[in-house]
Amino acid sequence: MALILLATVLLVIFFVLPLVLVFSAALGEGWGKVATALTDPEALASIRLTALVALIAVPCNLAFGLAAAWAIAKFTFPGRSLLVTMIDLPFSVSPVVAGLMYVLIFGLQGWLGPWLRLHDIKIIFAVPGIVLVTIFVTLPFVARELIPLMEAQGRQEEEAALLLGASGWQVFRRVTLPNVRWGLLYGVLLCNARAMGEFGAVSVVSGHIRGLTNTMPLQIEVLYNDYNIVAAFAVAALLALLAMVTLIAKSLLAWRLALHGDELI
Amino acid sequence: MFQTMKRPSLPRTLLLIACTAAVLGTGHAKAAEIQLLNVSYDPTREFYTDVNKVFTAEWKAKTGETLAIRTSNGGSGAQARSVIDGLEADVVTLAVSADIDAIAKTAQLLPTNWQSKLPDDSAPYTSTIVLLVRKGNPKHIKDWGDLVKPGVSVITPNPKTSGGARWNFLAAWAWARKANNGDDKKAQDFVAQLYQHVPVLDSGARGSTVTFVQRRQGDVLIAWENEAQLAIQQLGKDNLQIVYPSVSILAEPPVAVVEENAKKHHTLKQAQAYLQFLYSEEGQELAAKHYYRPRSSQALQKYASQFPKIDLVTIKDFGGWAKAQPEFFGDGGVFDQIYQPK
Amino acid sequence: MIGLTAFLGGNGRVGVRRHNVLPGLRLTLGFTLFYLSALVLLPGAVLLLRATGIGWAGFLHIVETPRTLAAFKVTFGLSLAAAALDTALGLLVAWVLVRYRFPFARLLDALVDLPIALPTAVAGITLTQLYADNGWLGAPLAALGIKVAFTPLGILAALSFIGLPFVVRTIEPVLEDLESELEDAAATLGATPWQIFARVILPPVVPSLITGFTLALGRAIGEYGSVIFISGNAPGKTEIVPLLIVIKLEQFDYAGASVLGMMMLAVAFAIMLVVNALQHWSSRRLGF
Repeated sequence: MALILLATVLLVIFFVLPLVLVFSAALGEGWGKVATALTDPEALASIRLTALVALIAVPCNLAFGLAAAWAIAKFTFPGRSLLVTMIDLPFSVSPVVAGLMYVLIFGLQGWLGPWLRLHDIKIIFAVPGIVLVTIFVTLPFVARELIPLMEAQGRQEEEAALLLGASGWQVFRRVTLPNVRWGLLYGVLLCNARAMGEFGAVSVVSGHIRGLTNTMPLQIEVLYNDYNIVAAFAVAALLALLAMVTLIAKSLLAWRLALHGDELI
Repeated sequence: MFQTMKRPSLPRTLLLIACTAAVLGTGHAKAAEIQLLNVSYDPTREFYTDVNKVFTAEWKAKTGETLAIRTSNGGSGAQARSVIDGLEADVVTLAVSADIDAIAKTAQLLPTNWQSKLPDDSAPYTSTIVLLVRKGNPKHIKDWGDLVKPGVSVITPNPKTSGGARWNFLAAWAWARKANNGDDKKAQDFVAQLYQHVPVLDSGARGSTVTFVQRRQGDVLIAWENEAQLAIQQLGKDNLQIVYPSVSILAEPPVAVVEENAKKHHTLKQAQAYLQFLYSEEGQELAAKHYYRPRSSQALQKYASQFPKIDLVTIKDFGGWAKAQPEFFGDGGVFDQIYQPK
Repeated sequence: MIGLTAFLGGNGRVGVRRHNVLPGLRLTLGFTLFYLSALVLLPGAVLLLRATGIGWAGFLHIVETPRTLAAFKVTFGLSLAAAALDTALGLLVAWVLVRYRFPFARLLDALVDLPIALPTAVAGITLTQLYADNGWLGAPLAALGIKVAFTPLGILAALSFIGLPFVVRTIEPVLEDLESELEDAAATLGATPWQIFARVILPPVVPSLITGFTLALGRAIGEYGSVIFISGNAPGKTEIVPLLIVIKLEQFDYAGASVLGMMMLAVAFAIMLVVNALQHWSSRRLGF
């Protein structure tokens, strides 16, 4: 009982307080200020950019996660563990290093830089660069949810379906996908949360062009430095709201799984 | 039994996503708009917001062209690096000429003699370095020497990324040099001591101001004059006051057209006009309104009350930026030597 | 996140060697390899090339400057401390969540994942505001003479914040699997609560504790967004390696930035191998 109290107090101090602070700081000068802040053209541009980036990055990594999990979980081949380790790499790399790597490739002084400039293709300091680093940083999320799940589920159902005459795609769509749908959703949720919230990597490749290449996290920094604390926290509150929605969705999923008995490892 | 998942149809979903992405992606593009990108240093946010508004209106009236001028702000050194790495600035308005020199040398995006292309060494306005303290000046800070008194905490940005920070450094050095009869060794000791009193190194001048004013760190902020004035106006006439030191440095933030980029975007004419605007009487007045010291004597006279007289050295007393930048702020330079972790 | 416990090293197969009968290996493997190569391996290789392009002497020169060494000390020292703190706190929280039923248990459980869902920049400015001298937590602490924001303590707070969920989620399944009958048996045999804890409960949990610790450590080492606001960024005291990388980049010191980046990459890789091996070892020896 004392333990519960202790744990609760700790979690409240470390987790709840920050949440409350975000919203209280945003509303510090009233709802009107929040509305102004969020309808400011630069803020709107940042919201649009964040949504766009997530809309591209998440489906890409979803496709990747499915493909990788299928290959790794349903087959045996040499180098499997190494592949799994590679997939995990972006997760442990510092986001700043991720940004650096892409600057080294696509920057004007980088490997592809001169060629890109010649053909007037803008990657770094433009939206494509931001999308790329976001894909990199969120790459493992779906995969690492699906791989253990698919592994635990084994191959028997798929093999049975095959025996019964289903084609490869049918097996995938009708047997595998339904079995992993909750893990998939969970992975997508996390991937999306990270894609929308990424700061370090995007900061390195963004160029901070107001109204053009600032995602919401970057816009928060810009507003903070513009002496506009309230507006900064308004945008932050929007992201915090998204985080809370993610948490609720994730809890619901976990609860759903407990009910249905599927494994969400 | 296999549960058939209620399929919202993968192809349809993908199509929906693609359409949304397309809409989002093109949301901001307007027809027949000429875009200019101004990559600037940290404290100029408010200034260029105003300049851009006035200039685009004037340009439209004069030529009928609609201009969309975008700005990017950050530490001067950091911004220069972005341009070198491919940020396609049409103009750069940075804090120290050394940073524009770097763009010219490393990326060859503008000629190395860029500084002679505009009057006054391409610096349409100047500023200087002052000290910002809390109202009432509780720590009794009157001059540079007071910054190394025990218990005094000083806020200044990182010279490696911020242009303002470099001006701060040299201003402090200039005072110490003068106070010690030209002894550079003693000046170095003083500056080394000064940095012992610095708890936070932000990457840009604005970051330091935020740290000092918003986060209430430190007892004194070494800042651009215009930044200090702006902070007082925006954040606290009742909380802050400026202390003018006995000696400071004439800070000349330069501007330049990044010719290779402007040529590529076909915005050379507009970019040049944009910078010329800064030299016009109107531009000069705008600058003065934002607490930059204008070059124009007319504007200077009009706003004289804002700009106290102060004993100023210039970068030439340090051999120019070409010499000072590597000597003080390059790899292994003076700053690296004095800022050793304890 | 929960998937990590059984993620890597799942080679505990016994029995017959299987043939690959299912279709699609070439397609999916090909796509996977292409994706990985383009997005991960190629950039990694470019980084490696840039970093090694300056030769061994240049490498040492960059790494051995006092400022770099200090940054590594700050980063690793504080990350280790944060991971340790997280392990202790995480054990407490996971224990409470697993073992007890109370009204808002589910709410707390959902809350644990907040640092993962919350963008790092939001965490950054919020924690800074919270622990600043005039902040909700900072003010009472300052009255006690403890400064948090802009000191190593602040970095510790931020790193612990983001690492906690990793520990909790890693040990939760293990705690769930513990058989409370063993504890009851030990109690009837006369063991004190502490002995029960240390001798019955702790041993099976230790491997996952170590895994959780290592995961939190890996996360903390590379963290940028949440630290950058609350850190003082003072070289030698509160300057972290990721910031140093950004600074070097901003000084056109690509070689220096690449060297540091490569070292971070190497450390990340090493940590992952350790986690991998731990999982492998623990699943083989203990069946978890």
